[in-house]
Amino acid sequence: MIDLLVLYRAQFKTTIAEQFQYRGALVIWLIGLILEPVIYLSVWSTVAQSQGGAVDGFTAADFAAYYLVALVVSQATFTWIMWEMEYWIRQGSLSPLLVRPVHPIHRHIANNLTFKLLTMAILVPVVLVLSIVFQPNFTLSAWTALAFIPALALAMALRFALEWTLASLAFWVTRVTAINQLYFVIFLFLSGFAAPLDLLPGPVRTLAEWLPFYRMLGFPVELLLGRLSPTQALLGFGAQLAWLGIALLLLNVTWAKGVRQYSAVGA
Amino acid sequence: MTTLRLFWIHLRLGVMNELQYRTNLVIQLVQSAVGLLTALLGLGIVFSKTDSLAGWSSAELLAIIGVYTLVAGITRMVVQPSLAKFMEDVRLGTLDFTLTKPVDAQILVSMRQIEVWKLVDVIVGIVVLGIAIVQLGATIGVAQALGFALALVAGVTIIYSFLMILATCAFWFIRLDNILNIFQSMYEAGRWPIDIYPPWLRTALTFLVPIGFAITVPAEGLVGRLTSPTLLGAIGLAIALPLLARVFWRFGIKHYSGASA
Repeated sequence: MIDLLVLYRAQFKTTIAEQFQYRGALVIWLIGLILEPVIYLSVWSTVAQSQGGAVDGFTAADFAAYYLVALVVSQATFTWIMWEMEYWIRQGSLSPLLVRPVHPIHRHIANNLTFKLLTMAILVPVVLVLSIVFQPNFTLSAWTALAFIPALALAMALRFALEWTLASLAFWVTRVTAINQLYFVIFLFLSGFAAPLDLLPGPVRTLAEWLPFYRMLGFPVELLLGRLSPTQALLGFGAQLAWLGIALLLLNVTWAKGVRQYSAVGA
Repeated sequence: MTTLRLFWIHLRLGVMNELQYRTNLVIQLVQSAVGLLTALLGLGIVFSKTDSLAGWSSAELLAIIGVYTLVAGITRMVVQPSLAKFMEDVRLGTLDFTLTKPVDAQILVSMRQIEVWKLVDVIVGIVVLGIAIVQLGATIGVAQALGFALALVAGVTIIYSFLMILATCAFWFIRLDNILNIFQSMYEAGRWPIDIYPPWLRTALTFLVPIGFAITVPAEGLVGRLTSPTLLGAIGLAIALPLLARVFWRFGIKHYSGASA
């Protein structure tokens, strides 16, 4: 345990140093991050206006609130493991990580958390500026704000575990770009990013509620904005925990099998 | 003439290279299908709630998706991979080998790496455009077709020059490989008519990152909403921006000292 703490601290320091070395890359990252939700926000605001102010109960201001929170949640939960793992495996740079006495996942968790902490400091002022621009309709209450914290934490854990599992497919398929892309499209539409779940056609909506993707993005967003009843919130937490359990199980199985499969291509 | 011959040689090289990895074609087919699916699903959801987006009908938006896919296919086939390689060369110092060749280095770095399978996107784009035209029902007059063709050529020229300018920055900033990736995410914005964006973003997408000129304007030409000032503006920019890119390239190359070679 102490060893792990030492490792996390060391990783924390190196990541910060790395990030400060490449400040330009941070700016580039920021533009991409903001643009995607702003695109969908603009589309839906336009639709709301053309429908006399609201679609399915969402006004332009509601969409603004939804997508600004979605921006924060997607920044908090996203991972880049699918690219990194492919690189590790294809280039064989996973080998030195494997001979270390700790699971490589710790290194990645530490990296990820540091990057998130660092970028949140930039994200907060950005969201404030965007709030002035888009005039969102935030109605926050104490219980939703409190419930949001565990929902976000669970969303982060779930997305991390699931994407780590998907990333380990690279052990069997050395070029995983097509799989990744397919995953991103499914995520885009079923997580509530392309459109809030309320706007999806009935069957798709039901599907989205049963699958894990909504629990990684749309659920915490709608929870914070007070769009969910206490029952829906409790059900949501249950779904998050259940999916997290499944994802962790899958992660352990694929990793154990994958490492045995690993032949250090290119190393 | 030399340019065309060079292009032909690199195209053949690209084909020979890619024929070694035929599974990449399958991957590309999946990627193109997924890309098209994303666009169509987005369109589907939006038009299940409304029948016009900022005055554009669903058939007209399909035309935008066609132009979007077509232009993306062209830039991702030639321009983006070549410029990515160029930036890597600057970082590693291997650009020296290119500079010593007896042809114009800017032309060479702009077409050196051709990803042949991206041709799938070009074809998909053309097919989608065809379907959009059929759906629009209207007959496309000569003026409209000409406006579209002009706007498309201007658009591709503008995008190329823009990317060239971005890539030239590599002479000063070494780790910029993801600057081309960011273009990718800004390019996504072009899937929708730029009229829907708030004014500040619309301005940015027109002048800062000229996606409006590359996608919305040609699509406007096709559906018959293109006004002559816009077309003239696009043509003007398509003349000015390559010149600017050229001047900047000349300036940049003087700065290059051959990192580690």
